[in-house]
Amino acid sequence: MRPVYIAGDNIISSLGITTYDNVAALKGGHVGIRVTSNPRLFPTPVPLSLVDSALLEDQFRKVLKLNNKSEVSSEFTRLEKFLIISVHEAVSQVQVDVKDRRTLFVLSTTKGNIDLLEEKQKTVFNPQRIYLWEMARIIADFFGFSNLPVIISNACISGIMALMTAYRYLGAGMYDLAVVTGGDILSEFVISGFQSFQSISPTPCRPYDAGRDGLSLGEGAGTMILTTDKDRCDEMVVKITGAATSNDANHISGPSRTGEELGFAIRNAMKEADLSPDKIGFINAHGTATPFNDEMESKAIVHAGLVEVPVNSFKGFWGHTLGAAGLIESIASVHALKEQVLIRSAGFKSLGVPEPIHVIEFNEEKSFMSCLKSASGFGGCNAVIVFEKD
Amino acid sequence: MSHIISSYSRITPGSITVNGQSEYDDENFITFAEFIKPFFKRLDLGYPKFYKMDALSKLGFVAAELVLRQVNYDLYDKDRAGIVLANRSSSLDTDLVHQQSISNRSQYFPSPSVFVYTLPNIMIGEICIRHQLKGENAFLISEKFESRILFDYVNELFMHNRIDFCLTGWVDLMKDKFDVLMILVEPVRIVNSGEEHGLTLPFSATTMDELYK
Repeated sequence: MRPVYIAGDNIISSLGITTYDNVAALKGGHVGIRVTSNPRLFPTPVPLSLVDSALLEDQFRKVLKLNNKSEVSSEFTRLEKFLIISVHEAVSQVQVDVKDRRTLFVLSTTKGNIDLLEEKQKTVFNPQRIYLWEMARIIADFFGFSNLPVIISNACISGIMALMTAYRYLGAGMYDLAVVTGGDILSEFVISGFQSFQSISPTPCRPYDAGRDGLSLGEGAGTMILTTDKDRCDEMVVKITGAATSNDANHISGPSRTGEELGFAIRNAMKEADLSPDKIGFINAHGTATPFNDEMESKAIVHAGLVEVPVNSFKGFWGHTLGAAGLIESIASVHALKEQVLIRSAGFKSLGVPEPIHVIEFNEEKSFMSCLKSASGFGGCNAVIVFEKD
Repeated sequence: MSHIISSYSRITPGSITVNGQSEYDDENFITFAEFIKPFFKRLDLGYPKFYKMDALSKLGFVAAELVLRQVNYDLYDKDRAGIVLANRSSSLDTDLVHQQSISNRSQYFPSPSVFVYTLPNIMIGEICIRHQLKGENAFLISEKFESRILFDYVNELFMHNRIDFCLTGWVDLMKDKFDVLMILVEPVRIVNSGEEHGLTLPFSATTMDELYK
């Protein structure tokens, strides 16, 4: 396997539209989840983490201009705007030859342009844009990628799976550079669905806390640029050194009772990275703050022999951003690794999971070599990826 | 180590075949439900969970059953089974059902048993539960059947020794249009040492294209 390095990135969330703003907000303890009364999204008030629409519009117009596009903003859907801004921001940090056949484009999303199913949207956009391949084509064409995009739609692990796919293909020598993007918007479709499961907390979510009572939904997008050429990276070089997925084979909407399957995905990823537990600075877990997810994760961490490793979840800051989650949480984790800082897990006060894991309560400077990102989702899927300082 | 396609199933409107041989025909069906139910009953699996699944999961489940029944699990570790599927329409068929349930505020009835199926990888979850397969999985999307996208993903899993055998293919369904090619890929040595006599087609994008035609 050739080494695979991270050369650039971008995060779009309620906390900002650049990686810098987002990481600063996480370190500063800013929570982007607000009780929102918007009948377009849900009949009653509900806590959500929404991207600022005015900021989004303003930035999107700039991006159109910078890319010499004649189209106007209203010709793009909300999610397309997220993804285009995010890819633009990331590729402006690194020279990317989009026409090169050795450049890979990977896109992750769970629901794509799902808002186009709403009655009032039907006349505005071509209905074909509901198809994920059509949305991916629009993003790819905007930047002029030559290769057909690889599109991943695998529930809440989609973002990690997109990074993993690019890491594997680059590592195997199939491509030299990859632009990996992903995102999801909040829509009535998604909010009503999670509400029907009664899994939305009435307050901003509290991962791993004894009083946790459900998740908070968010929206966002992220982009990471991966390369096999270390010279393309800035001074602080981080690489991906391992990744794995697994399936619980237990239940389509509930996690494993034992956590064994996430546990062996963690072990497989660590084995691939040839990583010992003492090298891991922290685990940025999925941490949705639903009772069963967090419980399962605590068991998985014990199974993987990592009970001493500090754990955090960023969901208490920006909610569960679905197809963006694995990407934006990976990017924030990589920056925490670069800055050698442990970021506190928002919403956490006292441990409410069965195993004695060490949830990060306060920001702390620490010297460490690597970190681990995990996610789990509907369909019983689990994914893990390892980031290491070069 | 090279790999072979040891079995495949194909489901298209009116017809189900396994390894190129006809398994079931019904040219007169109107809906997908009418088409699949009698065939599922004939399989006699005693698996009532099937009836709770959405149409896409039912389709993938049956196609997987037809190829996985020839696997000799004594030879494999189920933690090292791969499942890599793709389609065109994601879960749109069920998305429309969920959207319908929230389109009218006076008749607002979103249901968790519908919503959970608004992700295409739930089908993989159903197959994993049925066969207790726990290894690598992925769901990919493309406009049309692209053997290269599936082959690249699966081949990389084999090349880096992440899986021992793999279920892969195309499972698309939208309204009552459906299209499946499900393939079982195994290492050569296992098949040769076993009692079974599956196919021994080379695992390649070209072979997949031929089977899809």
